[in-house]
Amino acid sequence: MITLNVNGQRHNVDADPNMPLLWAIRDILGLTGTKYGCGAAQCGACTVHLNGEAVRSCVTKVSRAAGQQIVTIEGLSVANDHPLQLAWNELNVPQCGYCQSGQLMSAAVLLRENPNPTDQDIDDAMSGNICRCGTYQRVRAAIHKAAAMQREGAKI
Amino acid sequence: METKEVSRRNFLRVTGIAGTALCLGFYFPANAKQEELVTASGAADSEIEMNAWIRIDANGKVTLTDHRAEMGQGSYQSVPQIIAEELEVDLKDINVVFAQGDQAKYGSQITGGSSTIRGIYKKLLKLSATAREMLITAAATKWNVPGGECYAESGHVIHKPSGKKFNYGELVAVASKLPAPKEVKLKKISEYKLIRKPLQKLDTPLKTNGGAIFGLDKKLPGMLYAVVERNPRQRGKVKSFSDAAALKVPGVKHVFKVQMKVFNTIREGVAVVADSTWAAMQGRKVLHVEWDDSGFEHVNSADLFKRQEELLRKEEGLFAKKQGDPDKAIEQAAKKIDVIYQTPYQAHSAMEPLNCVAYYQSDKVEVWGPIQAPDWVQGGISTEFKIPKEKIIVNMTFLGGGFGRKAFLDYPLEAVTISKEIGKPVQVVWTREDDMTQGPFRAGISYRGQGAIENGEISALKFKMAGQNIDHWNSPKRDHANGSTTEGFLNPYFESIKNISFADVPFEMPLPNMWWRSVYASTNGFAYESFMNEMAVLAGQDQLDFRRRYLKDERCQRLIDKMEEVSGWKSRKKGDGFGVAITECFTSTVGQVVKVSRRADGKVKIDHVWAVMDCGWYVNPDIISAQVEGSIVMALGAATTHEITFKDGLTEQQNFYNYQMPRMSDMPLVEVHVMDNDADAGGVGEPGLPPFSPALTDAIFDLTGKRIRKLPFDMNAV
Ligand code: FES
Ligand code: FES
Repeated sequence: MITLNVNGQRHNVDADPNMPLLWAIRDILGLTGTKYGCGAAQCGACTVHLNGEAVRSCVTKVSRAAGQQIVTIEGLSVANDHPLQLAWNELNVPQCGYCQSGQLMSAAVLLRENPNPTDQDIDDAMSGNICRCGTYQRVRAAIHKAAAMQREGAKI
Repeated sequence: METKEVSRRNFLRVTGIAGTALCLGFYFPANAKQEELVTASGAADSEIEMNAWIRIDANGKVTLTDHRAEMGQGSYQSVPQIIAEELEVDLKDINVVFAQGDQAKYGSQITGGSSTIRGIYKKLLKLSATAREMLITAAATKWNVPGGECYAESGHVIHKPSGKKFNYGELVAVASKLPAPKEVKLKKISEYKLIRKPLQKLDTPLKTNGGAIFGLDKKLPGMLYAVVERNPRQRGKVKSFSDAAALKVPGVKHVFKVQMKVFNTIREGVAVVADSTWAAMQGRKVLHVEWDDSGFEHVNSADLFKRQEELLRKEEGLFAKKQGDPDKAIEQAAKKIDVIYQTPYQAHSAMEPLNCVAYYQSDKVEVWGPIQAPDWVQGGISTEFKIPKEKIIVNMTFLGGGFGRKAFLDYPLEAVTISKEIGKPVQVVWTREDDMTQGPFRAGISYRGQGAIENGEISALKFKMAGQNIDHWNSPKRDHANGSTTEGFLNPYFESIKNISFADVPFEMPLPNMWWRSVYASTNGFAYESFMNEMAVLAGQDQLDFRRRYLKDERCQRLIDKMEEVSGWKSRKKGDGFGVAITECFTSTVGQVVKVSRRADGKVKIDHVWAVMDCGWYVNPDIISAQVEGSIVMALGAATTHEITFKDGLTEQQNFYNYQMPRMSDMPLVEVHVMDNDADAGGVGEPGLPPFSPALTDAIFDLTGKRIRKLPFDMNAV
């Protein structure tokens, strides 16, 4: 049995310790917001927070995540009101939406560490997240918008 | 159900079948040209299978059935936006559900050809206005006042003189018993309150909190997971396999051979079924399969393109279009060019890899998945498994991208095959590698352009293409030209250029291929519009002025005006790095101006893309912008970062590490302008893609003097 703390809840899961966290989260815990895109740390669709850091859950073994604090897109906010989520909504960022959990989870770490990112900072932080629908321009604009909202004191 | 003898045209019967809901939809008579509008009571009376497109219940809640897939192109938003406008309800009060696949009910459901809105908007407007009028009539009846004194707003009918109001829910019981009016008045464009506004999309909240259910997110009780090791040369056979090691992997339950029809060939593979995706993948790793790859050519990309080029030089091909005598004009001309363009094979690489859930039971089959064409899937399952359509339920989930690939039947059929074999519900998961290596691919096509200039005018244009034809898998013998040889090329050119021809040189390869976003326009557009730019240079003219002379149609002229205006075209200087292209597909025309410059480190970068879309009547300009932005990124990737190549019949790219996608840092500034006119609606999901690569290479020519004729090319090397 491996203990996983996901979005503040403890789960005991019976999984092969080598199983990537991605599949444990999706197939065993049934939290399907975290996506499979490449399985090879290339696309960022599977990004979750492990002790506050953005990690690719497709290449993170469950054994490494055991006992650590994991946050998935479902836990980014309680009421879909993280400044990023609000900005995403306002700027109609998602197209198909499949990559967006990963985009948001990467952006959330960026925004926490750098509340006032430049275009260059955004490019650097977000270049691990592929969007086949090509929403990059809006992702960038929405991160700026969320940063502004955060500065103006929107709740996080 | 009690039935009565009624004329199929008479939908005006009163029955209790609708209960306390007002339902309106269409009936698609099998052999009629025009679908007919029906109410639920009418449908019940005449035993018509109706699609309840709009349903208003006693609480005033509006449920809309979206007959098309939502794969990022925005039908989930634009269809409600149309309905809310004429129905006079607030967008937030509309609940959208996806239809199941059923052609008898919904007509064609294929989300392709950028057809969702242009195919149906007039009917949706009428349907919504009809419902509104019936609600107004119901209110007038209840108040016993003339209908003319009442109007509808925000889900209510209001009696103007007295200010009394009913909400829609209070009216459905009466309205559902009314006959549908024959004629209803539709709003003028100037009266629209929602249509043409950049409203926020209804599905964004679901797509920002993990709530949207894509195919891969669908789970059923007792469901198993399968992965399939398919022949890497796509059309080879399984000679033998050993399942011993795979069956020892904890969680693995079954290993067996599967065959799948792909067009007119059979794809073979071995399925590994387990209790989790991961276990199935582990089992597959230790599977040992011997393939029989005899009987077909093992393709090498370099040879393939060489052969296409040779064919273009040797053969005239099959004419798709010919007027005048281009050969003679070219022969006589002093100024002429003769060049070859090449475009690569491409994978669709939707962000959500292919997958499908199927449950085959003795009395019914049900599938769930990211499906672009649910009605085709229903038909395909019916044919392959000899099951009547009524027993097949095809459910669309959200699609994590489609781009044409998810309109194909192989992956749902494969899932049904596997479920049938194990007698349990199963989710078949394609890994990224499966999705990328198996195809069907966009075919790589070579083009030859020959043209002549006489007195500064085009005296002849002659185009030939050589590449696999999408149809070829169905009918390998090619005796007529590909019907899409001119796709992407603007029609008005044919009116002003006297000597012009398009031909298709048949070219066969044992590689699976099919449509990819914007279909042939995605490759044709690059060749034909690059050539127009080369002709402009040969004629010594400005590329847009040059086009103006041949695109006399008024909409084209206005589009060019707009392109010039927004991009500052006229004030640019030669060598500033400006390029241009205009293409048409799915009845929308898009012009793009691209600006590039050389950075301090010597590399060329894209500074700005101005896109002007003329798609006629439209719903949501922000969705159009998003579609064009996305199309440009997809075109950028196909022009500069990725291609599918083959070596000894094997696909050389497996995953994003060797099929590189554009990233955030590659994203140029894109500015989209939508032309205002009320011509019939055209598509918006695809037409933004084709003009980008010819405009980009034209901009690079302007900056560097180098003309790029083969895609993809390396932006770092120009
Ligand atoms: S699925 Fe993990 S990075 Fe792509
Ligand atoms: S929104 Fe479709 S992949 Fe990003």
